[in-house]
Amino acid sequence: MAEVARVAPVARAARVVLARLGGAAFVLWMVATLTFFAVRLIPGDPAEAILGGPGSQTSPEALAAVRAEYGLDQPVLVQYLAQLGRLITGDLGRSYALNQDVAPLLIGQLGGTLLLAVLALGVAWLLALGLATWSSRGGRVAWTVGSGLEIVAAALPHFWLATALIVLFSVWLGWLPPISTPGAAGLVLPVLTLAVPLAGFLGQIMRESLLTALESPFVLSARARGESELGVRWVHAIRHASLPAISLSGWAFGSLISGAVVVETIFARPGLGRTLLNAVTVRDVPVVVGAVLIVAVGYILMTLLTDLAQRIADPRLRAR
Amino acid sequence: MSDETDVGVPGAASVTGAGEGPGGVAAGVAPAVRVRNLVVGFGPKDGADPVLNGVSFEVAPGECLAIVGESGSGKSVTARSLLGLAGDNAWVRADELSLAGSDVQNLSEAQWRRRRGRDVGLVVQDALVSLDPLRPVGREIADSLRLHTRLDAAARHTRVLEALERVGLPDAGNAMRKRSGELSGGQRQRALIAAAIALDPPLLIADEPTTALDVTVQAQILDLLATLKRAGTGILLISHDLAVVGRIADRIAVLCDGRIVEQGPADEVLTRPRHPVTRTMIAAIPVDKPRGLRLNPRAAEPVLPSLSYQSGVAPGSSPDDCDRDTSPTTVLEAIGLVKRFTRPDGSEQLAVDSVSFRLERGTTLGIVGESGSGKTTSARLALALTRPDAGEVRVLGQAFSAVPEKERRALRPHLGAVYQDALSSFDPRLSVEQVLRDAVAGGARRTGRVGASAGAADRLRVLGLLEAVGLPQGLLGRRPLSLSGGQRQRVSIARALASGPQILICDEPVSSLDVTVQAQVLDLLDELQRNLGLSLLFISHDLGVIQHVSDQVAVMLDGRIVETGATARVFAAPEHPYTQALLGAVPRIGF
Amino acid sequence: MSDLEIQAGLGRSPRTSPSHRFGVAEVLAGLFGLFLITAALFPALVAPGDPLGIDPLSAFQTPSPAHWFGTDESGRDIYTRVSHGTGSSLLIGTLATMIGLGLGLVLGTLAGMLGPVVDFTVNRFLEVLFAFPGLLLALLFILIFGPGVATATVAVGLATAPGYARIIRGQLILVRSSAFVEAATVLGRSPGRILVRHVLPNALAPLFVLGTLGIGQAIVWASALSYLGLGAAPPAAEWGAMLAAGRTYIGSAWWMSFFPGLFIVLTAVSATALGRGIERRMRHA
Repeated sequence: MAEVARVAPVARAARVVLARLGGAAFVLWMVATLTFFAVRLIPGDPAEAILGGPGSQTSPEALAAVRAEYGLDQPVLVQYLAQLGRLITGDLGRSYALNQDVAPLLIGQLGGTLLLAVLALGVAWLLALGLATWSSRGGRVAWTVGSGLEIVAAALPHFWLATALIVLFSVWLGWLPPISTPGAAGLVLPVLTLAVPLAGFLGQIMRESLLTALESPFVLSARARGESELGVRWVHAIRHASLPAISLSGWAFGSLISGAVVVETIFARPGLGRTLLNAVTVRDVPVVVGAVLIVAVGYILMTLLTDLAQRIADPRLRAR
Repeated sequence: MSDETDVGVPGAASVTGAGEGPGGVAAGVAPAVRVRNLVVGFGPKDGADPVLNGVSFEVAPGECLAIVGESGSGKSVTARSLLGLAGDNAWVRADELSLAGSDVQNLSEAQWRRRRGRDVGLVVQDALVSLDPLRPVGREIADSLRLHTRLDAAARHTRVLEALERVGLPDAGNAMRKRSGELSGGQRQRALIAAAIALDPPLLIADEPTTALDVTVQAQILDLLATLKRAGTGILLISHDLAVVGRIADRIAVLCDGRIVEQGPADEVLTRPRHPVTRTMIAAIPVDKPRGLRLNPRAAEPVLPSLSYQSGVAPGSSPDDCDRDTSPTTVLEAIGLVKRFTRPDGSEQLAVDSVSFRLERGTTLGIVGESGSGKTTSARLALALTRPDAGEVRVLGQAFSAVPEKERRALRPHLGAVYQDALSSFDPRLSVEQVLRDAVAGGARRTGRVGASAGAADRLRVLGLLEAVGLPQGLLGRRPLSLSGGQRQRVSIARALASGPQILICDEPVSSLDVTVQAQVLDLLDELQRNLGLSLLFISHDLGVIQHVSDQVAVMLDGRIVETGATARVFAAPEHPYTQALLGAVPRIGF
Repeated sequence: MSDLEIQAGLGRSPRTSPSHRFGVAEVLAGLFGLFLITAALFPALVAPGDPLGIDPLSAFQTPSPAHWFGTDESGRDIYTRVSHGTGSSLLIGTLATMIGLGLGLVLGTLAGMLGPVVDFTVNRFLEVLFAFPGLLLALLFILIFGPGVATATVAVGLATAPGYARIIRGQLILVRSSAFVEAATVLGRSPGRILVRHVLPNALAPLFVLGTLGIGQAIVWASALSYLGLGAAPPAAEWGAMLAAGRTYIGSAWWMSFFPGLFIVLTAVSATALGRGIERRMRHA
């Protein structure tokens, strides 16, 4: 009896996990398919692009050799299947411009970007939680100030915020380097640039749910038990306020990667974003496709993690 | 807070025991709470219209005082003022306000915090949301111990177990690790009470503690409160329902518009009410009131001075139709209805299981059951809003559920529906007039009228409908959102009548209304039924309401009809044990 | 941008009493919006100078009464350029939002109206699009069709579409399963009539607010692409392009970057304030 009762939830959980992984694999496959066919929409001859663009004088023999090397003379379906096969083995092809394998190139850049993103996410959470908690306390004025700050923060373009921070802290005050040097000091401005707009968005959502939580009957019950205002916030409200913000993590990841493209460029910081932008500028197709695929994988992993985090933070979801 | 009383001296109440209220507090024992001339308002201090205006009462240890009033009477504000939680922009003034014998006026927030949970506990309506849904209930209960005692975790654990056992929660060790969402309604209400009494406060304030509960669970919770009372806790029970409080209250205070209009021993207030407000409330209780007896004696004028809205309705459905009442025929019939739902975890649930019933012309069939019994699904099946997995619904002898919606539409005008949540059944963009015009316009189209004359006719019929349900024309331009609950339900009834139906399906039509408003709506439905010859399928969880409105009654349990028969017979001599249990749990005055 | 980003903008204000007065923020946002529209339609009215007229003698001037926002490396007046850039920046933002909303409307309506099979398919498709988060979809689009104002505009529109689609689908499903739609069914109304009378007006009413909120973000995104050299190119007086041009002189002439950016921020903030104001009014109406 007890055995049966225990097995059923495990089987159910296994089914849920399998369904999730299957869904993720499907999305990845479609992402690869979409990029493969999207790239074929690029006008011009890919062999020419490989040999330095349409301007370069290339012999027909060289073109033919390149076509054979890259399999461009094969039927589309064969190329597609070959591409899928390579992707499964982790082969992202060779860069047109850098004459280098894409996978090791991008993986080498990944660490810096991830560090930036993780730090920025942490700082954004701290800023958002702090502002939301503070502005839920002090009545209408604090509410208006908090809400206004969040709207402005959320409207700040990364490139402008970065410029303003550089002018303020590097040019005028001379405290921090204007470009991202190795070490902690070089990380401060890039992290702030990424964190502040994100904090604006997260804060708007957190304050909303914080207020809902503070008005709910269980907070009245807690107060009636003698809980202090600080206790009401820390024991009860913050957790409720965090739930919707946790569900935003997948989106936040995307926003941070987009921001990294800009921030790494401005602060001359090596990373995935900057590599991606350079590749788009010189139309280095394999690098762009590789970067897009890596980000897609990261995004999908992030949504899976988000799901898990939500289930941990909100026991009500576990029953489902 | 107040500038009219002495600076609070803890423990030294400014009045003596002389001249006490009717409670008869034993000399020498401090009352759990004593309030004299409590005035509470919101907004600018001493601004117009305080919410509470001169309320006085006291509760002795081991005594239960019930404060009864309808929504907006100031009940909940009273409860919160006793905890210093009336709100940020509220001002509280009283000649005396003391808990456990010591004055609590002019307490600082920190001083209040030391008293909340220790001198007074609070239990509010819905434990699902009154216990933090993210935390185990054991932690919630342990909170007051953590805040007010120096007990270590192990000692707190023991005390939590004790508290849970006191409130009669089975398997306390297991239950304390669960969250409110994982417990049943009755269990979590017990857990909430355990959290309020963990420190054994002399006063327990219970604000509508049983309102969201099924009647059998309600009876258990009331028994639990009575047990606590006998053990010496003073209970301030706040409720809208006189019959409920009659079960455990020693004294009753009736609150109306921020004033106590009547206060006295429970049986005196219930059996010999002196104030008209109390009399109206008692008259409005439908339990044991025969069918057709008005519940609201104040408004005894006849409804329906004109039936002008009926004009233009297809012949055969008019009340003047001479063959209408000649022979009782079945207007609505359910035959072996089955409806399964798939739970989120993939298992199947039989929401409705071989349900059959017949609604005879001009009569009311009441369907009664507790939450989850399949009542509402039955109503949706009857309205063909849900497709049955087996069985069928026939209307006026014709196939209804078994035909495509397109064919069904011809029969729809014969069926009107009134829902529990009237507000959400109105398109939020539309005004009352637009809602009713939409409803009558369908009828006009069927009779082939077009153009301006149809518009004028529609307007007349809308006015007729409004009159029929007793609403003033001034409401036409308003949005349902800005109406009161009773007004919304009247608009909803008017809409249901617009097509001149023979059958009205009412799903919990009065469940969210105050007792006196409920009485008015029930009276209205009764009158409409008699004047228009309507047949009613009336669904409710409230046995009192069902007993009052029904000719026939069907009792549902777990998707099945377990007992059916003439109302008088079922209520006088219930056969099924479940019906007997339900009837035993119904709160009634003077049981 | 995703639906969540837009929903963040749709956040509720505190439980204030339904007020039909305009808030200070809304009035300021409205005034700035009026200024922008004037500058977009009749730039000469707010800044009579020539946005491209060079004057090497007065290069790099700090903000002064003569040059409110200073001058750039060629002596062009920044205020004039910012004002004249309003038109193109607003146009790009508006067009991108319309493209995003349009595509979102098509996808969302398909998913929300045509039954479970279409809904499932569209949902999977949206999931795939969401796996190209943020700028990524836009960058992929630019990779294919090359940089430029037109592609940047379409790219931003495309990148915002999945978010709109998800919101519109959610709205349609919410309204279609609402009690008042059931009540209309019980009254015997046909599905077509219910759709026109109840479902569409209620489901699509938030579109206007979404659009208003979205324009601000679309401008931020489009100018980011310009800044990265993938959209409008200097010396065009587009805000992002102006910022890119000022990048070289950050150390010496901060005003070249500051003021165009300020306009982007103010536009986005005004759009949010106005969008929320409209939303609040709609809710209490």
